[in-house]
Amino acid sequence: MSARLHWRKFLSNFMLTLTGVCALISVSVLFLILGYLLFNGGTSINWAFFTQLPKPVGEVGGGMANAIVGSAKLLLAASLLGVPIGFLGGIYLAEFSGSSVASVVRYAADLLNGVPSIVTGVFAYGLFKHFSTLAGAFALGIMMIPITLRSTEEFLKSVPRNLREGAMALGASKSRTIATVIVPAAYRGILTAILLALARVAGETAPLLFTAFGNRFWSPGWNQPTASLPVMIYTYALSPYEDWHRQAWSAGLVLLGLILIINIVARTILSRGIVVPRS
Amino acid sequence: MSVSAFSKPGISVNINATAGVAANREIAAALPMRMNISKMNFYYGPKQILFDINMGIADKKVTALIGPSGCGKSTLLRTLNRMHETVSTARLDGEILLDGQNILAQDVTSLRRRVGMVFQRPNPFPKSIFDNVAYGPRINGTKGPIADAVEKSLRHAALWEEVKDHLHKSAYELSGGQQQRLCIARALAVEPEVLLMDEPCSALDPISTAKIEELMVELKNLTTITIVTHNMQQAARVSDFTAFILTGQVIEFRPTPQLFTTPSDPRTEAYITGRFG
Repeated sequence: MSARLHWRKFLSNFMLTLTGVCALISVSVLFLILGYLLFNGGTSINWAFFTQLPKPVGEVGGGMANAIVGSAKLLLAASLLGVPIGFLGGIYLAEFSGSSVASVVRYAADLLNGVPSIVTGVFAYGLFKHFSTLAGAFALGIMMIPITLRSTEEFLKSVPRNLREGAMALGASKSRTIATVIVPAAYRGILTAILLALARVAGETAPLLFTAFGNRFWSPGWNQPTASLPVMIYTYALSPYEDWHRQAWSAGLVLLGLILIINIVARTILSRGIVVPRS
Repeated sequence: MSVSAFSKPGISVNINATAGVAANREIAAALPMRMNISKMNFYYGPKQILFDINMGIADKKVTALIGPSGCGKSTLLRTLNRMHETVSTARLDGEILLDGQNILAQDVTSLRRRVGMVFQRPNPFPKSIFDNVAYGPRINGTKGPIADAVEKSLRHAALWEEVKDHLHKSAYELSGGQQQRLCIARALAVEPEVLLMDEPCSALDPISTAKIEELMVELKNLTTITIVTHNMQQAARVSDFTAFILTGQVIEFRPTPQLFTTPSDPRTEAYITGRFG
């Protein structure tokens, strides 16, 4: 064999190994995080974590019931803001706007999606001027808009043209066609995208730092600060107390579990129901 | 009806559209017309697709439009229920009458209720078999029990016996031929006066095609059918009248047996004998 052929074989084997190792590293990082979290969080998680309020400094035990409820409230209010705006805006983009309007809105949505989450938080704080659940939900809701908008648009556009024509040929108006055929044909994709957007903002800490702030007790109302899981993790992990570190791990595990559940639900929805075959 | 004028030898080649007009008059004289197209020109942007179309669609008959790919036969069909308006650059002038009234001046949704359409590829909605057929009656606010209307339409489309026990299954579980008959049932459920069929068998196997052709002949009692096909044998089998279309013009429009046995235009003859297309 010539030297050139030897070199080529060596290069081929080397590159194959390199790409394989890189693929392995990217997967193992995820499993490393999962394992580490399970190991640290799993040992200290207990029923009290879900049912009790945080104990005062110095006392061992307690839980994060207020942060779990707070995160749920934040996500609920954020969805109420982000989902309708993103969804209806996506319908407008996909079905009604001209191509020039659509490209401007699309570009703006992509920019909004790229705004650092801490900037979104500062903006929300500047608008509300005090710490509150609503301000936090507002910041998270803003972050949900571009994801929902773009995916609604994409999924509506991927509905085959012949379904539209089928409905219109039966005497359905354009809005009727959209409501009774196009959106039902695309709803699984849209719902999945909304759930993934929710999973993404569920783990956001930066926009909550100076909006929802934090609270060691039950939040008294929508206009008052509330605890949330990501901010609790941040505060507890930075504290000097051993017990708080354990609780931060538990909170991390609960948050990850929550996001995992959302992801699984999203995938289940995607794989069920009537699928429009690609033609 | 007399068609002797067209079988005379030595008839000029450049009669093209005139042949259509004359034949149309002839057919019109003999039969009541459901639709009438006159002096219709059609454009996509600056490009003219159809030239001076004049023809009638006879009531309770099957009219076939044949011609090579890209000749404009599908475009012509789509103007009859104004489906061309889904393309923003489309422009139409001339007149299309349905029962003597200009369809271009009517409300487009009520027009499409009266002039239904079946497409080239089966396009059932991602709903159950029942909901597919019930779609039209529901959006049109039909009074009376929907289940009866659904059963009636499925029977007309010769699909009832095959699906009656699983009406609530997804329409996509049906075979391609069944899906196309479902689409026919869906179109029939709004009781259209005219049913447009755009190459309804081109995506189907021979057995399914035979079923749909049989169906077309039976449906004549119920509605008026206009079918686009690139399959000349199909036109010969199912239609009463055939229009041969070439480069956007009606070259010849006559009762089907005459068109296929004694074509008057050399281009028609060349096409039906397979010399081009």
